[in-house]
Amino acid sequence: MMSALQPSELDRPPLARSRSAADADFKSVSAVLRRADFGDRLRSLALAAPLLVLLALSFGIPIVLLLSRAVYDPTIANALPQTAQALSGWNGQGLPDDATFVALAADLRSSQAKGTAYELAKSLNARLPGARSQVLKTVRQLEGAGDKPPLEVMKSVPFWSQPGTWPSIANGTHSITSFYLMSALDLRWNNDGGIERVPPEQAIFLQVFMRTFFVAAAVTLATLILGFPLAYLIASVPKGLAAILIVAVLLPFWTSILVRTAAWTVLLQKFGLVNDLLLWLGVAEVRLDLMYSRIGLIIAMTHIQLPFTLLPIYSIMRTIQPSQMKAAYSLGAKPFTAFRRVYLPQVFPGVMAGCLLTFILCLGYYITPALIGGASDQLISNFIANYVNVELNWEMAAALSFILLVFTLALFGIFARILGLDRLKLV
Amino acid sequence: MGKAAALSVESAGPGADAGRQGFVEFVDVEKSYDGRAFAVTRLNLSVARGEFLTLLGPSGSGKTTTLNMLAGFERPTSGVITLEGRSVDRLPPYERNIGMVFQNYALFPHMSVEENVAFPLSVRKIDKPDIAARVSRALDMVRLKQFGDRRPAQLSGGQQQRVALARALVFEPSLVLMDEPLGALDKKLREHMQLEIKQLHTMLGVTIVYVTHDQSEALTMSDRVAVFNNGGVAQLGSPDDLYNTPRSSFVASFIGENNTLAGKVERVIGKECRIALDGGGAITAQAIGVTDGAACHVAIRPERLSLAAGGHAENRLAATVDGRIYLGDHQRLLARLENGQVLTVKVGPEATMANGEPVMVSCALGDCRAFPADAGTGGSKSKTTGE
Repeated sequence: MMSALQPSELDRPPLARSRSAADADFKSVSAVLRRADFGDRLRSLALAAPLLVLLALSFGIPIVLLLSRAVYDPTIANALPQTAQALSGWNGQGLPDDATFVALAADLRSSQAKGTAYELAKSLNARLPGARSQVLKTVRQLEGAGDKPPLEVMKSVPFWSQPGTWPSIANGTHSITSFYLMSALDLRWNNDGGIERVPPEQAIFLQVFMRTFFVAAAVTLATLILGFPLAYLIASVPKGLAAILIVAVLLPFWTSILVRTAAWTVLLQKFGLVNDLLLWLGVAEVRLDLMYSRIGLIIAMTHIQLPFTLLPIYSIMRTIQPSQMKAAYSLGAKPFTAFRRVYLPQVFPGVMAGCLLTFILCLGYYITPALIGGASDQLISNFIANYVNVELNWEMAAALSFILLVFTLALFGIFARILGLDRLKLV
Repeated sequence: MGKAAALSVESAGPGADAGRQGFVEFVDVEKSYDGRAFAVTRLNLSVARGEFLTLLGPSGSGKTTTLNMLAGFERPTSGVITLEGRSVDRLPPYERNIGMVFQNYALFPHMSVEENVAFPLSVRKIDKPDIAARVSRALDMVRLKQFGDRRPAQLSGGQQQRVALARALVFEPSLVLMDEPLGALDKKLREHMQLEIKQLHTMLGVTIVYVTHDQSEALTMSDRVAVFNNGGVAQLGSPDDLYNTPRSSFVASFIGENNTLAGKVERVIGKECRIALDGGGAITAQAIGVTDGAACHVAIRPERLSLAAGGHAENRLAATVDGRIYLGDHQRLLARLENGQVLTVKVGPEATMANGEPVMVSCALGDCRAFPADAGTGGSKSKTTGE
């Protein structure tokens, strides 16, 4: 009875090849192919070249330059060359010798003459809170000192004789510095050259990073919970209706984030529509503080991010044929089992892609937390913006950006490793 | 054989009389999607245990809807479907224990071949060692044992369909439904798989309900064929019944190749009738539901027409050769009658008539079947229609 079922020529796997072909042949053939391909590749590269150059000039190089500020800060070294020289012999214990004080006085004078004193004061202040006013005061006193010896002027300002001052200056005279990166992680060098946590009253960034990740995770989860069933609905209704639903999802996508955020401030405020509705429905008994709160922030961000999570999920759901579920049912799988074992594994790459996209975008949110979040809801981007725009401390901004970038890339790496980059279907 | 026995559900073959009565029954089943047009109307169909029944018909004739209702993916608007004497109307598809093979295979792309075949067993919570043994036997049966750890995408179309077969058979369903399973394969592979499915059917004794629009596939594989048209069964019978004694113009033209001559019934005499052909000439044919004076179609198979000098005495029609198609083992001759209608005649490979040569076409009365012209879609699929 089995004899009739002989292997047939017809159903060999496609492209099944004999492995007996000589290696050398393969090599020469592939070498020829490579040569033939080379011209094609060169041509396609030439076509892409203008874009690549534009990207490098407007995107790659500025980012590298900015991020390099996190570890390269020559301001102090440039402004205090003599001090740096004098400090090179210092053992780091107690106060340096008087010659160092004199060298610092000379450096301060010359920086005042060159007009870099304010920059120096600002840069020192980043490492040594309160240094700005002390530097500027000392510079003024040195100018008005007349014949008074510089050493005396220096000694008359108590700041220069405090124990914490000189290690920071000594650190600052190195152009390559880990100070900003450490600060971005709430760490610092202690006087013994070890790493320690900054005192709790100064520690802010770890908490901000945690808050940023928490908000991003909450928004991602919310968009997934809202987006998955909606994507399923859109993928299963007839085409015409699906198009209408997609437009409805994308409509907010086509308005600017600023407008949408502003709209949410109208809706969420204490006497806004949402509160009116909640009161009217009897869900809430008093008006809730939705504006300037974490919950308001998450609501607004979820609204903005929903299409980013939904679209990759939808696009992969659309490719799954209805016969897949029919087959699962006919093979005896109950609806939930069929969903868990047949449907979910197939849409999983889309779910991951959507969630990853939303999570990473949420890490960089700036306008929405600034307008809707309260003082304690500012995310890491708000701090970066503050350092760039208000404090003019680009080194700190670069360090925070760098840490954020590292976290983001690490996360992406983990996702890619779990899933395989080729399975990560972003569109 | 041992492997076969382990997978067999039913020892009785298609010929066994014991379970020949109503394994699956459709009683007055109707299905409408919009409440106005019916996809299936007043369907009464009985499938015997162990039978290979094919639902054959053009697209939109209701055959797939019928299959989906049996599988449980659609619910009848009215009427009852019974499986082994029990109504299945309230039974969801996953409780019907019916194997199904789809046109696009519907293999699960994220699972290996083995996992695909193991799926129906694992959802039934069968012990792991038992699953492994049964999966191995099923893959052996379709000769894919060495492909167990491949993904479906790494297999050819024919291999994928064999995996789908193994998956639909491994849980030993008593009924297997196949929805145009070979539609996506090329002709040669399709013919090969037809034999293979037929052999599996014989070996396992499982009942198969098979949907296709390919009449040659239906004739090759089936014990019985139900020809569907306009939501109902136009004719149900064995392949040779359908071929030799079609009961309507539609069946006559849908199954095999047929010449159709248009004419008007002059007189019905018992089982025979005299027909005046449109444009002149007359013919005597079997009367299949025709009445005096009605317009009719006369169907004659090309191989039943003769050009021999003696030929058949009953029906003789003068014609001229209008073309000749060489097909290797035989030729098709186009014979234009004096009334303008064209007949296709099957002749031997050695025939050498030139165009314009006069011939005498003759055929036996028993091979000419006259149907009412308005019944069914009248020769929608006929290869040669009279002008």
